[in-house]
Amino acid sequence: MAAVSFRDVRKSYTPELQVIHGVSMDIKDGEFIVILGPSGCGKSTLLRMVAGLETITSGEIAIGDRVVNNLEPKDRDIAMVFQNYALYPHMTVYDNMAYGLRIRGLSKDDISVRVKKAADILELDKYLERRPRELSGGQRQRVAMGRAIVREPQVFLFDEPLSNLDAKLRVQMRAELQALHRRLGTTSLFVTHDQVEAMTLAQRMIVINAGRAEQIGAPLEIYANPATVFVASFIGSPPMNLVPRDGRLLGIRPEHLEPCAASDAMLTIDVDLIEPLGADILVYGHVGDRDSARVAARLPADALAQAGKLALRYDPANVHWFDPKSGLRST
Amino acid sequence: MEKRVVFRSAWLPYFLVAPQIAITVVFFFWPAVQAVWFSFQLQDAFGLKSQFVGMQNFAHLFNDRNYLTSFKTTALFSGLVAFFGIAISLLLATMADRVLRGAMAYKTLLIWPYAVAPAIAGVLWAFLFAPSIGIVTYVLKGWGVDWNWIINGDQAMLLVVIASVWKEISYNFLFFLAGLQSIPKSLIEAAAIDGAGPARRFWTIVFPLLSPTTFFLLVVNIVYAFFDTFGVIDATTQGGPGQATNILVYKVYHDGVKAADLGGSSAQSVILMFIVIALTVVQFRFIERKVEY
Repeated sequence: MAAVSFRDVRKSYTPELQVIHGVSMDIKDGEFIVILGPSGCGKSTLLRMVAGLETITSGEIAIGDRVVNNLEPKDRDIAMVFQNYALYPHMTVYDNMAYGLRIRGLSKDDISVRVKKAADILELDKYLERRPRELSGGQRQRVAMGRAIVREPQVFLFDEPLSNLDAKLRVQMRAELQALHRRLGTTSLFVTHDQVEAMTLAQRMIVINAGRAEQIGAPLEIYANPATVFVASFIGSPPMNLVPRDGRLLGIRPEHLEPCAASDAMLTIDVDLIEPLGADILVYGHVGDRDSARVAARLPADALAQAGKLALRYDPANVHWFDPKSGLRST
Repeated sequence: MEKRVVFRSAWLPYFLVAPQIAITVVFFFWPAVQAVWFSFQLQDAFGLKSQFVGMQNFAHLFNDRNYLTSFKTTALFSGLVAFFGIAISLLLATMADRVLRGAMAYKTLLIWPYAVAPAIAGVLWAFLFAPSIGIVTYVLKGWGVDWNWIINGDQAMLLVVIASVWKEISYNFLFFLAGLQSIPKSLIEAAAIDGAGPARRFWTIVFPLLSPTTFFLLVVNIVYAFFDTFGVIDATTQGGPGQATNILVYKVYHDGVKAADLGGSSAQSVILMFIVIALTVVQFRFIERKVEY
């Protein structure tokens, strides 16, 4: 196990096309870090730079105390789980997991012990002689993880490993991943565009937008104090409401809004969409005409939601202010 | 659900497939049946009368040393053509797959030879390797190699193999390139992270995944070497010197058309027919059920 550090890491494909604009971060030994961002923001590129599948244009990536910029993927002591699992289709589950160990010249007994142990953890014992195509999506996913853990690497890299699973399986695998990390304690970097995965798995997360790290921190800390307009509008479902006020942007989470008498209104919206979710009700509407800011409010399940004007108030302590020009938090 | 078109008229579907059926019957089945019929007969030299001789033509063939030699020659020839045709095109496809800039140009150039008729390919290589005026001959002489395929059987074989392989590479190349491009990049990356170097990645990941393609091409190439190389041989060595490049299909033509032994030639084509049927069965039995990953 090892710490990982990024020091002003940049990536450009051509001088004009820069995709990572200087990311710096220190990941502690054993930490579970989620790299979160919308598609095309460069999060996978960042992970592939750690893996050695993409070159680093400038800056440094270090694993432990070794700078790995010029090391081949095989010399970095990392293991990666791919989005499509990348299992070797012509090999059995056992051989898929043993492949890397054989190349590294481990003895047959050693390999067998390690594969059996991994299969045990992942409940794959019964499938060792099967080929990947004879497995379900969730099982393939486990084999891909098994292939990573038998290597006992310093760092695990996960590239959106859950995105090919159905919703139910995804929740289950999320829990298993957490359990696995508790058990092995290996430093992990996990790329996803799914904020629920990020919030539930991460010890700390890094929110990336257009190749820049917008914010780094623990999930709840980021949720409670988004550093930029992007983070505020990306995290949370529905995301934070942003309403222009006095030349600044007022940010308020939907759950911090509550209905009130028209005379107490701090915000009045013209409700045009109501989504009853059972536990609560989401109402949406514009604060003014059709071009004005759109606001979502999370109301208790017993609230009387109807189309038309809705008066809302909030506790000023829950308000966030942003500078609309720089997009940064202003208080 | 399979989508099916249903014709209202019972005759229309038959009418629509009739031209294809007619061509198949006239140009394939009829000659095939005739060949079988002639193979049981003995004609006189002028084609005026023939008599039924049963299996005699076949008995003759299997006692004919030339015919058995031709079998061996064909085996050697098709083995060499299939092996080098596959090996070289796999190498080219692997390299073309890695090219990023100008990939289209490389691919187009590599596919061109397929458009060249076998006879033209034969003539082309025959000129390059011509004993008196060939440019390759000239270079070889400079290296002290005495090159004359007109009198040297091994060199004649080499020449027809080169010409045939050159023509077949394009076809194989296309299949290999398509096969390579269907292997997900992440598999190669996973193998790289697992510690496999380029050569190991090729032999343990890429090559096994290409094996259905390779097997398919092996059968196709053997069929090609057996039958489609007639043009190459006729335009260059014409089976010579001696019997050195007299492969079965050329011998059929030579014995039937030039030596006017219609019965013997027919018997040979019947045997060839069985070989091609056997190869087709192999093709269908193994390739249709090929391992689906």
